[in-house]
Amino acid sequence: MVVLDYGSGNLRSAVRAVERAGAAVTLTSDLDLAMEADGLLVPGVGAYAACMRGLRAIRGERVIARRLSGGRPVLGICVGMQILFERGIEHGVETEGCGEWPGVVERIQAPIVPHMGWNTVDVPVGTRLFAGIEDERFYFVHSYAVRDWTLVTNDRTPDSHQPRVTWAEHGGDRFVAAAENGPLSATQFHPEKSGDAGAALLRNWVNSLV
Amino acid sequence: MSLAVRVIPCLDVDAGRVVKGINFKELRDAGDPVELARTYDAEGADELTFLDISASHEGRATTLEIVSATAEQVFIPLTVGGGIRSVEDVDRMLRAGADKIAVNTAAIHRPELVAEIADRFGNQVLVLSVDARRAPGTDSGFEVTTHGGRKSAGLDAIAWAVQAAELGSGEILLNAMDADGTEDGFDLELIEAVRREVSIPVIASGGAGAAEHFPPAVEAGADAVLAATIFHFGKVRIGDVKQSLGDAGYPVR
Repeated sequence: MVVLDYGSGNLRSAVRAVERAGAAVTLTSDLDLAMEADGLLVPGVGAYAACMRGLRAIRGERVIARRLSGGRPVLGICVGMQILFERGIEHGVETEGCGEWPGVVERIQAPIVPHMGWNTVDVPVGTRLFAGIEDERFYFVHSYAVRDWTLVTNDRTPDSHQPRVTWAEHGGDRFVAAAENGPLSATQFHPEKSGDAGAALLRNWVNSLV
Repeated sequence: MSLAVRVIPCLDVDAGRVVKGINFKELRDAGDPVELARTYDAEGADELTFLDISASHEGRATTLEIVSATAEQVFIPLTVGGGIRSVEDVDRMLRAGADKIAVNTAAIHRPELVAEIADRFGNQVLVLSVDARRAPGTDSGFEVTTHGGRKSAGLDAIAWAVQAAELGSGEILLNAMDADGTEDGFDLELIEAVRREVSIPVIASGGAGAAEHFPPAVEAGADAVLAATIFHFGKVRIGDVKQSLGDAGYPVR
């Protein structure tokens, strides 16, 4: 698999964590390699606008879209998840995202922000990412989140593509902690920093790659 | 559902070796930060903090290697502080594998550094470390110190915490210099005073001597608790602290 290098994130941790999950990993910004890989991991930390700039600079948003058109797995982590949505609003500045999912990334409404530390998650029926680790805590660190899941599906949507959305709560606010939707998966928390629980989640994802 | 109270051991590292006596029977090499990090991870530490006290350039370069080696093997968040003076220092540490950077004296001398780091890397990487002590003449009753608590920085501690949060600090590491080393418990008034004024997470540090000292710090408003000596000497284990917090009704991992 490939960890996409577009100048964002603690890449070393991401690479080591998926290696530990049993994957052969290449860290690269080469789009052919990113396209050919069995799985593409999109990390991301810092500001939404900076991440999108970095991603667009290597045309990363195209390789994400093309992989998904072909049903090929992509996993976004932290801001790497947020940029999959339509747009992000930070400090009043609106930035267009990849738009693979509808929805907006906005500031968490809680007394203490950033949401920093190990939190429990509310896992949906049918999850593959959280199989066997439904009751674990995961490490979050973020001030912005997706507070409404608005993707339209109906009962003719194949079961494999029915979105499975995992939620987290902090200070009375509720937001998306993870989403699984056909080939596209993402976590707001950092599995690569979430100890054994995070390792198990990455293993679940790596094992799902054909 | 709510966040677990984070329990954070802090290691003082000098030229790649842990200083301050470490007394774990099960360790082969008690001075090896990587082995200690693994041990604390296995014991359930929620994060790790390395404080680099190296005086020399070579010593700090060695610390960078230690950070790399730790990040390769330990999959919980790692904060590194000590001697961070510039955006370049932060960049080097993050590239080595640190997740968060603690700044202290350099931010006092040049508060813009806080904003520079936050703008470049996001405020989630930045921990403002505040060494505070009681000072009756100040507005809040607490002042900022430097040189390990020996010198006044001429700043009100609470006002400084508020300013740093506004500049983009993601978290405050609050070191109570009056309580530090006493093992009599945390400085609860200091924690309360900071908690009242800032809306970013607060890590309480200084004064812990027993597992039962930790719940009152959380009651006073700490989101996380940090200690060094009592963990290193095995006097209190990470599990003891979590047990005590759990018994008091606080969520732990």
